[in-house]
Amino acid sequence: MQRAVYQGILTGLLLPLGALGVSLLLFGILLACAGTSPFSAYNLMYVGGFGTWFSWQNTLQRAAPLMLTALCTAIPAQMGLVIIGGEGALVLGGLGAVMMALSMPATAPWGVQLAMALAGLTLGGLWILVAGALRHYRGVNETISSLLLTYIAIAVFHHLVEGPMRDPASLNKPSTAAIGDSNMLGTLPGMDVHWGLLYGVLACVLLYVLMSRTVFGFAARIAGGNARAAQLSGLPLGRLMLTGCFLAGAAAGLAGMLEVAAVHGRANASLIAGYGYTGILVAFLARQHPLAIILVAILLGGIGASGGLLQRRLGLPDATVLVLQGILFLAILASETLRERWQRPERIAT
Amino acid sequence: MIDATLGWWGVPLAVCAGAMRASTPFLFVSLGELLTEKSGRINLGQEGILVLGAMCGYGVAFLTGSPWLGVLLAGCAGAILGSVHAAVCSLPRVNDIALGIAVMFFGTGLAFYLGKPLIQPQAPRLPAIPLGWWSSVPQVQAALQVNVLFLLGVVLAPVLAWGLTHTRWGLIVRTVGDSADAARALGYSVNTVRWVATALGGFLAGIGGSFLSLYYPGSWNEGLSSGQGLMAVALVIFARWQPLSCLWAALLFGGAGALGPALQSVGVREGYYLFNAAPYVLTLGLMIATTTPRQQLVGAPGELSVTK
Repeated sequence: MQRAVYQGILTGLLLPLGALGVSLLLFGILLACAGTSPFSAYNLMYVGGFGTWFSWQNTLQRAAPLMLTALCTAIPAQMGLVIIGGEGALVLGGLGAVMMALSMPATAPWGVQLAMALAGLTLGGLWILVAGALRHYRGVNETISSLLLTYIAIAVFHHLVEGPMRDPASLNKPSTAAIGDSNMLGTLPGMDVHWGLLYGVLACVLLYVLMSRTVFGFAARIAGGNARAAQLSGLPLGRLMLTGCFLAGAAAGLAGMLEVAAVHGRANASLIAGYGYTGILVAFLARQHPLAIILVAILLGGIGASGGLLQRRLGLPDATVLVLQGILFLAILASETLRERWQRPERIAT
Repeated sequence: MIDATLGWWGVPLAVCAGAMRASTPFLFVSLGELLTEKSGRINLGQEGILVLGAMCGYGVAFLTGSPWLGVLLAGCAGAILGSVHAAVCSLPRVNDIALGIAVMFFGTGLAFYLGKPLIQPQAPRLPAIPLGWWSSVPQVQAALQVNVLFLLGVVLAPVLAWGLTHTRWGLIVRTVGDSADAARALGYSVNTVRWVATALGGFLAGIGGSFLSLYYPGSWNEGLSSGQGLMAVALVIFARWQPLSCLWAALLFGGAGALGPALQSVGVREGYYLFNAAPYVLTLGLMIATTTPRQQLVGAPGELSVTK
């Protein structure tokens, strides 16, 4: 028993690290084929992501929304749902937060910030709840519907930001009016990273406790393991699924609110930066474990932060990071097959 | 394209023209996906394959000057990426849905990475057949400019339907898709059949992508595809795995996509983005209308994870 536990932890760590190593190798070969030295690229990635205090702050700043959007995939995944609509929930959460801030001009900043957070949580949560409800009541595949909902959310966002909510003063880049400097979230003491990082970590810890230390989480994981067994033992499948989807969407919606309230100060196309999509990768790399998400989000935040440096120093296109992420995603899924062999060597894979 | 003389009549005309023009990528991707799904696997990576195919087709057409070579190479690139999906999927315990998401990311990332230098230059476009010669109205003539790829797709749908039901190969694919155990018992290699089906599916999706960059809209940029590949996957479910229904569904989707630009050209500027969301809303609505919560869909391959 003891041995099995250690073995589980060991494979849990070794497999993702191995997948990371293999994808760095493959990516290096690709870079070498394109005529770029992989060593200088990796060195720059380290420097740009983790080399200096400045790059650490940049990394952590990017890690905060990634933690929250990763939760949007990870929580439903524990219930057996593959949700990839975090980007949509993020975009709507940010938009809702701006609407809220603009509608209450004479309120104290803490009140505005609280209302913004609530708006982001609710809108994001409801958006993913739609995907969960469609799955539960109509049997619509949640992976496809959640991505379609993302495209719809982005269309609604563009419609409002470039139409009814547009600030006439924003000429080149259509934006809403600013939420006001006094309503912006400040930075954590001693560093140039906004409070969102703390909220992201807190959300991961809270959802970890919820999923692994409460009756709700236990029931949800049973439902994820075997829906039929869960149903037969009288678990309220629908309620579990819908609650999980709401929480997941709320996390991504909060990410949108944080991006608006701590980085952009208004809603415009900069909000659609792909955090929702990278969050999916973070969740899979972390094997849907909320605490592991914190570390993986920092790692991928660092890779993202180094993208600018790769572009400037080596002249690589900005999509370079996307290629690395794609290879990493393929490698981590392929590594799942080894888990079976390592953990149960007596079973021969067919 | 639409002149003021036609007025509001321009809208249905443009929607019909758009149905023929914009439906081609939907048609190719959905026929490819149909073949893959008939073998019992779902490939959500068709979106990434579509984008990679668009980039490869455009690049090859630009370098060689021959758009048809571009179409062929786009198909080959799609087949290679489809093979990646098939190869990783044949490993035990690998989930085909999650892997499809990974292929989607990898394909789009690779296309953006390699396609950076292709945003500026202009590649030769695929030729169109003017079927509107009988009309003196220039709008009708423009609407009836039909691309050869569209006609190929229209022919391909019944051929695929016939092939799946009337040939030995079609029977093998359907057997593997309905019961892997039965296929194994008959001595067929399940993974090989699925690999071929996924690679061919990727080939078709790549061709669909080359249509985007080489005919309509006819240039390469990073916003070229916005979920067409994924909508085509949903379209297969709506078409109940019938190639001929895929054809009608693709026409419907193409028409829905043309609604936004058509309305804009007659002066409706309000809600441009909302009309552009019409295909997504339509897809979602059709998925809601055609699925049933409790039982398996009629016509679904038995091994398909997406409908279980």
